[in-house]
Amino acid sequence: MAKVFIYPATSLILSDLVSRHGHTPLSSAIAVRERIQTAGLESPPLQITPEEPKKGLKWAAVEVPAGVRGRMSLYGPMIEQAEAAIIINDADLAFGCMGCARTNELIKFLLRQKDIPKLDLNYPKNEEEGVQFVAAIKRFLGELGGPK
Amino acid sequence: MTPPVRIAQLSCGADYSGVQREIEEAAREVNGEIFFPDIALKDIRKDFDAFGLDVRSPDLKLAIARAKALVEGRVEADAVFIATCFRCAEAAIVRNELRHYINENSKLPVVSYSFTERTTSGTLLTRMEALTTIARRRALLARETQQGITLGLDSGSATTKAIVMKDNKIIGTGWQPTTEVLKSAHAVIDAALSEAGITMKEVQAIGTTGYGRFLVGKDINADLIQEELTVNSKGAVYLADRQHGPATVIDIGGMDNKAIAVMDGIPGTFTMGGICAGASGRFLEMTAKRLGVDITELGPLAMKGFSGRVPMNSYCIVFGTQSLVNALAAGSTREDVAAAACHSVAEQVFEQQLQEVDIKEPVIMVGGTSLIEGLVHAMGELLQTKVVVPHHSQYIGSVGSALLASGFIKEH
Repeated sequence: MAKVFIYPATSLILSDLVSRHGHTPLSSAIAVRERIQTAGLESPPLQITPEEPKKGLKWAAVEVPAGVRGRMSLYGPMIEQAEAAIIINDADLAFGCMGCARTNELIKFLLRQKDIPKLDLNYPKNEEEGVQFVAAIKRFLGELGGPK
Repeated sequence: MTPPVRIAQLSCGADYSGVQREIEEAAREVNGEIFFPDIALKDIRKDFDAFGLDVRSPDLKLAIARAKALVEGRVEADAVFIATCFRCAEAAIVRNELRHYINENSKLPVVSYSFTERTTSGTLLTRMEALTTIARRRALLARETQQGITLGLDSGSATTKAIVMKDNKIIGTGWQPTTEVLKSAHAVIDAALSEAGITMKEVQAIGTTGYGRFLVGKDINADLIQEELTVNSKGAVYLADRQHGPATVIDIGGMDNKAIAVMDGIPGTFTMGGICAGASGRFLEMTAKRLGVDITELGPLAMKGFSGRVPMNSYCIVFGTQSLVNALAAGSTREDVAAAACHSVAEQVFEQQLQEVDIKEPVIMVGGTSLIEGLVHAMGELLQTKVVVPHHSQYIGSVGSALLASGFIKEH
């Protein structure tokens, strides 16, 4: 079983596919769930305090906008944990969407830098590509090995 | 209780920067309510394509679609707050274009802001207050003449000013540097009343503005306590006799600067702030001190000099002062240094703030710094226009307050 970072990290479809193959998806849902469990605050956006952009300095310098650093405080630790990654480029908004293009560029770069198994795919534009798309993801997840 | 003013938030990064709570708190403090215009996913694609600004960030695409929904009346709001991360070039382009688009195509008041994780509700309060004032008090802001006897007080960061008005005329003035807020306020009120030859009992309504407006307003039982963005705009067009049509009001203050695009005396878009004191009146005060002249003499001195002879960029007050000292040590004349200081402040305001509002003539400069001739001249050169400085321009907040306060006389 591998920890698989999914991009877009908000994609429930990808998260589900990873889980069905016995792996652990590293996604927004995980980060947000962890944060909701912290005491005293109500909704996910409010879980982010001015401290998070400071924690994000580990992945992005101080001249990088606060929103990028705040996001990296969530995704950075997950990228470090990742044992594999699935990157879907130019995904439809409904498939899964992450708000900041600069953060997305940084996340994809950091994943590509890591020496881990990676699947880098473009989002399908028609049914035929869709079938190949799902097959490629299944094949990749299968090759990562079964539950340990 | 008055229903809250509904402020539509168009933003990118506010939640992930940890400032969303601050934005909502600032709105709540002035009885405003932040909401996110509710739109369908299919509208994001359609509206984003129709707008034509091909940005990459999905949250900016969402902001664009929400702006279109507001302008086209698919979502109702009283005001708009546009906020994006400081230092994001993509977001800065969207922020400016959305502000411009909403301003041109609707009557919604807009304020735009670029935040860092250090932005607090206190920083946003005056801006939010101005938004809610414009939305809630349009009738009051439409007032064009002063009636009865009213007192206006401006408790500013550097100076405190008071004005007494009677039947649309200024009959008393008071001015002094702000030390203890209440003490300074009472001193200038006494001076203004004394000059007017009336007593406090004869005053029919009182208005306060400026940083100390709440404290002083409560102390003297003011009828109107209102932020300086709307009050100064009103005072500026009133004194300059440009109450109808467009105008741009520039107020370079002691602590921060205001640039306001006005239509019929009511602000449409505005910016407030400044990166550093190097772009404020405080730098000119320091320049005057270093040159050994009174602040009132700095303007005429600057008019005799040529700013191009002294390299100065007062982005920061410390480095600006260093340039000033270096120039004097290298043999530059006091006149040239004074002119360079004025040009530097005007340039900072021009580059950092005036790009965020649509400059429309007449350009009216107000506040104490508008009396510094060299600064007004430098601003006029940068804007390629003749800048209007109305009489009593240093009392602008007090005049605006006294004018607007007369709307409360009937209630007594």
